[in-house]
Amino acid sequence: MVEVVVFAVAGAACLVGAVGVVLSRNPVHAALMLVMTLFGIAVLFVALQAHFIAAVQVIVYAGAIVVLFLFVIMLLGVDRAAELSLGALPAQRWTAAAFGLGGAAVLVWLVAAVDRIFKGAHSYELERAGIVVTEADAPATSYATDVSAIARSLFSDYVYAFELTSLLLIVAVIGTVILARRSYGADGRRAGQHGGESAPAESGATPQKARQ
Amino acid sequence: MSGLEVTTGWYLTLGAMLFLIGGTGLLVRRNPLIMLMCVELMLNGVNLSFIAFADRFGDVHGHTVVLFVLVVAAAEVVVGLGLVVAVLRASPRATADDLSALKG
Repeated sequence: MVEVVVFAVAGAACLVGAVGVVLSRNPVHAALMLVMTLFGIAVLFVALQAHFIAAVQVIVYAGAIVVLFLFVIMLLGVDRAAELSLGALPAQRWTAAAFGLGGAAVLVWLVAAVDRIFKGAHSYELERAGIVVTEADAPATSYATDVSAIARSLFSDYVYAFELTSLLLIVAVIGTVILARRSYGADGRRAGQHGGESAPAESGATPQKARQ
Repeated sequence: MSGLEVTTGWYLTLGAMLFLIGGTGLLVRRNPLIMLMCVELMLNGVNLSFIAFADRFGDVHGHTVVLFVLVVAAAEVVVGLGLVVAVLRASPRATADDLSALKG
């Protein structure tokens, strides 16, 4: 019964936060709603016996990524109310509606299918994949989820993928440095044209000037 | 054990709902920062599904995949925010449609 209460509270926090991210007009509020969602997911990770992943979730997401978001919001000074009803691309609105409604329909179908599969009604795909579903609702047999088990998996089965992530991070760092330097150079040229450091504020009224 | 018990399907449903909310927000919103947050919502929904399956099948590999997703999400946020800073510094009211300015 405790599990149900934990799932209900954390899941409600996740959903409220997710809807808040989409619907809040102020980017700062959206970032704080994102924190709520991330904490709810961390609680669910703990409920799923993934303690290390929950800690990493809190540290990396809530501690690094959201702080990075807030830092950029404050740096750019865009923490004002945004317009929610922009009709720039009406086709994309229809795509969004189709995505949401179609996804909801698939979701309803999935809930029924997944529960039927996990109830032990021998699914052909699961049997062919060598996965034996024996019990109905009981969680899996106890398995090692501590750091050493994850590390053994990470450095044996996924060692090449691990090396590739290091390459990915290096590329991301280099790309960010190049982007930042190029933007400084562009600002210098633009400041020379418009005369002074207030050039970004002036060009704020006309976004088209960014295409110069 | 009075009937009501949290099954894997509950977690998968919640993960799918987070994915759908994030995807819909990604298509609806115009602020590039909020669009990046919606991408994070989608990634978290998938992460929840991975952990739920790992718990259901007793396989620690799901946790490893979630670590990889975290790394990719961090790299994506760093590069995406770099782009956003580069564009919004030039024109603070730019929306995602104005990112065509990146074509130079």
